[in-house]
Amino acid sequence: MAAPAVHLRDITRHFGSVLANDAVSLELAPGEIHALVGENGAGKTTLMRVLYGLLEPDSGRIEVDGKPVRLRSPADAMRLGLGMVHQHFMLVGPLTVAENVMLGHEPHGRFGRFDLAAAVARVRELSERHGLPVDPAARIEALSVGAQQRVEILKALAHGARVLILDEPTAVLTPQEVDELFAALRSLQAQGTTIVLITHKLAEVKALSQRVSVMRAGRVVGGGATAELTIERIAGMMVGRAIATDLPRAATHPEVPLLAVELLDVNDDRGLPAVRRVSFAVRGGEIVGLAGVEGNGQHELIECIAGLRMPVHGSVLIGQQRVSCRSAAEHFAAGLAHIPSDRLRRGLVPAMTLAENLILGLQHEPDLGPGPYLDPETLDARAESLLAEHDVRPPEPRRLASQLSGGNQQKLIVARELSRGARAVVAAHPTRGVDLGAIEAIHRRLLAERDAGCAVLLVSSELSEILTLSDRVFVMYEGRLVHETSPAATDERTLGLHMTGRRGSVA
Amino acid sequence: MSRPRASGTRSAPRHARAPRAALLEGLAPLAALAIAFAAGALFILAIGEDPLAIYALMLHETLGTGYGLGQTLFKATPLIFTGLAVAFGFRSGLFNIGAEGQLYLGAFAAALVGAAWPAGPMPVLLPLAILAAASAGAAWGAIPGFLKARFGAHEVINTIMMNFIAFALVSFIGRGLFEPATVRTAEIAPGAQLARLSDWFPALRGAPVNLSLLLGLLCAAAAQVLLFRSRFGYELRAVGLNAPAAEYGGVRLGRAQTIAMAISGAIAGLGGTNFVLGYKHFFELGFPGGVGFLGIAVALVGRNRPLGVVIAAVVFGALSHGGLVINQRVPKELVDILEAIVILSAIAVQQIVARIARRLD
Repeated sequence: MAAPAVHLRDITRHFGSVLANDAVSLELAPGEIHALVGENGAGKTTLMRVLYGLLEPDSGRIEVDGKPVRLRSPADAMRLGLGMVHQHFMLVGPLTVAENVMLGHEPHGRFGRFDLAAAVARVRELSERHGLPVDPAARIEALSVGAQQRVEILKALAHGARVLILDEPTAVLTPQEVDELFAALRSLQAQGTTIVLITHKLAEVKALSQRVSVMRAGRVVGGGATAELTIERIAGMMVGRAIATDLPRAATHPEVPLLAVELLDVNDDRGLPAVRRVSFAVRGGEIVGLAGVEGNGQHELIECIAGLRMPVHGSVLIGQQRVSCRSAAEHFAAGLAHIPSDRLRRGLVPAMTLAENLILGLQHEPDLGPGPYLDPETLDARAESLLAEHDVRPPEPRRLASQLSGGNQQKLIVARELSRGARAVVAAHPTRGVDLGAIEAIHRRLLAERDAGCAVLLVSSELSEILTLSDRVFVMYEGRLVHETSPAATDERTLGLHMTGRRGSVA
Repeated sequence: MSRPRASGTRSAPRHARAPRAALLEGLAPLAALAIAFAAGALFILAIGEDPLAIYALMLHETLGTGYGLGQTLFKATPLIFTGLAVAFGFRSGLFNIGAEGQLYLGAFAAALVGAAWPAGPMPVLLPLAILAAASAGAAWGAIPGFLKARFGAHEVINTIMMNFIAFALVSFIGRGLFEPATVRTAEIAPGAQLARLSDWFPALRGAPVNLSLLLGLLCAAAAQVLLFRSRFGYELRAVGLNAPAAEYGGVRLGRAQTIAMAISGAIAGLGGTNFVLGYKHFFELGFPGGVGFLGIAVALVGRNRPLGVVIAAVVFGALSHGGLVINQRVPKELVDILEAIVILSAIAVQQIVARIARRLD
C-alpha cells in the first residue's frame, strides 16, 4: 500500500479541562472514502479542524503524502491539497457561483482586472469533469441548498483539493439530493480524490464508505473495513452501549386540540406570502409531523405559532386560548414550548452561561429570585439539575453556551423547553446535527411529552424522524398543506415526492 | 464583546475560567498603561526632557498630593457618568455616541431647576435638580432609542445628530435666560448645591471634587446590580448579545432598546451635576466639552464593566489633570498622545489577552 494520503499521529488537543482529542491517530488511504463517525463532542470536528489548520494540536504530528507538515492556517492546508466543506456553508450570497468558487485565486485579465469569462469557463469545466452540475452564472442566494453544497465542493476542488473533508453533508438535503451527492462523491473518488465523511447517519456510512473510524470521548475506539461491520456494531462503538431503534409509545386517546391554527396566512421577510390558508389542530397526546423541503413556509408558520411573526390573516390557538402573535412571552404564558430551528440565532445566547441560557423565556418566573432580581445561586442550582437530567456535557452552569458542541447546545435547549411544563410543544428540526445518543434521548423526551398529554408539532426535513415519531403527518409545499397521511400508510419515497410537489394536491 | 461575568472565584469547578486566564485579564490594563507610558517616554526624550522626571512629577501631582488627588477625581467624575452611559448602551447592544449632548442638556436642566427657587430647602431642591439632570438626559437618549425601535433608524447617526440639536437648543433657549452680557445662567440656590468633599476631607482643600463623585459611584453600583443581577438587566444583556434570541425569549426588543437608551441618557445627564451643582453653580455655554466622547474611550478601556469604567475614568482623570501640571516642561499635547496610546494599547492588549486566555481555557 502506498503512503497514506494523510496520516494523523497521536493528536492531542485540550479545551480547558476538556480533552477533545486524546492521542488520536487516523490514516487516510489515497482514493478512499473514509467515514468518521461519533457522537457530538466525541472530537471528530476538533480532529478535522486540526487537519484543516484551524486549530493547532497540543501535541502530535500530521503527515501528508508521507511527509511531516505543520498546518498553521487553512491556507497551509489548501496548499497541501486539503479541502473542507463545512456544515454551515462559507459562501457569499449575492455573488455568483463562479465568483464564489474563484474567490481567493481569481483569474486576472489585463491591468489586474477580474476575468469573469475565464472564471466561468474554469468553473464550468470543473463542474462537468466532476459531475457536479451547477450554473456558474447563478447567484448563490438563488440556489437550493443542495446546489450550494455542490458549489462548496467545487470551491475546494478549484483550490486543488485532493483530500476532501465533508462535515455532515447530508444534514440539510432531501433524499433525492442525497442520492445526487453520493453519485458525485463516487465519481470524485473514481478520479482519485480521497474523501473524509463526517456523519451521524450510519446508513450513509454503509452506503458510501470503504473504511470507517469511530470516535468516542476524544479517542478512536474502533473502526475498520466498512463491509465487515454491521450498523449495530458501529452504533455500539459510538455510544458504548446498545441503541434502541424502536421506542415504546403508550396508547393515548387524543381528543382536545391544544395547538391549532385557523386559516393562517403569513408573509416572509420580503413581504411575500409564505403560508397560505393553513389550518390544522394538534390534540393533546399526539405528535403531528410536518414534512417538507425547507423554505416552503414551515419557518414562517412556526415563527407565527411562537409569537415571533404576525400573521396577515387567521389565528393561532394555544391550549384553546387565542394568542396575539405579538410577543413570544404571551405564547409561552399560554403554555407553549418552542425548540427553534436555528439554535445559535434564536435558541441560545452563545455568549451567556449555560445557567443564563436555561432561563431564556423564563426570566420572569417568580421562583428564580426575589422581586426584580435573579438569584445566581438559584440559577446555578436549577442549571445543575437540568444539565444532569438531560446529560448536557460538560455540566458546568457557568460555562458559556458557545463552548458546547452543537449536540450539547441542542440538548440544552431541549432541557429548557421541556422543563416549562408546556401543554403544546413545537419542535423544529430538534435533532439536526445531533448525534445518535442525543437523538434517541430527544426522541424519548418528545414521546414522553406526548404520552403525558401534550400536543407536539414536529417539523423536520428528516423523514425517518417524522415517520418514527408522528401519529399523523402533513406535507407542506409552497405554503400549503398538500398531503395528510399516517406513518403506517406511507414511506419516505412517497413523502419525498409530495414534498417536491410531484403528487397531486389533496388539501 | 467581553464576558458578562468576572470570575473571581479560584478553584470552584463551576467556574469555567482558568485562574491563570483571570489573573492575566486583571493585569491587562496595567500592561496597557505601561506600554502607553513607554511610548510616551520616546516623545519626551525627543523633546529633550527626562521621561522619568516628568512621569514622577505627573504621578506626584495627580495622586501624591491631596489637592492633586482632588483635581484628578474632579476630572474623573463626569467621565464615570459618560463612561457608564456608553457601557450601559453597549451591554444592551446600542452604541450611544450622544452622551455629550445628554450631559450638556442634563447640566442645563439642573441649572434651571436649581436657580428657579432661590429659597428652596436642600432636601427638596437638590433631589429635584438632580432629577432634572437625569430626566433631560433620559429624554434625549430615549428619542434615538424610540426612533430605532419604531423605524429601525440607526442610533449611531441619531445620537450624533441629537448632540448638535442639544447644543443648538441650549443656545436658543439660553438667549432669553442668560445673565446680561454673559453666556451663563443665574447662580443656583444654596439648597441645590452639592458640597465639596474637602468639607469632610480637608486634605483635598482647593480641589472642586464634590458629592457628584459619590453619585457617580452609586450609579456604577446600580448599573452593576441592574445589568447583572436583575431580570430586566438579563433581558437587556440578551438583547445586546443576541437580539433574535432575546425576542424568542419573550423580550420586546423595541421597548427594551428604548428603555436602555433612556437609562443610558439619564446616567449621562447626571454627569452634568458635577460642573453645575458641585463646582461653578451655574451653567455656562460650551462648558468643558468632550467628556461625552471621552466616555466612549472610558467604556472601552473599562471593558463595559461598571467597576472597570470607574477605574478607567480615574486614569483618564489623572491624565487630564497631569497634562496641566507638566505643561511648563513639555507641551500639554503630550497628554493627548498618552490618552490616545492608552486607548489603542488597551484595545490591543485586550485582544491579545483574550487570545491567550482562549488558549489557556
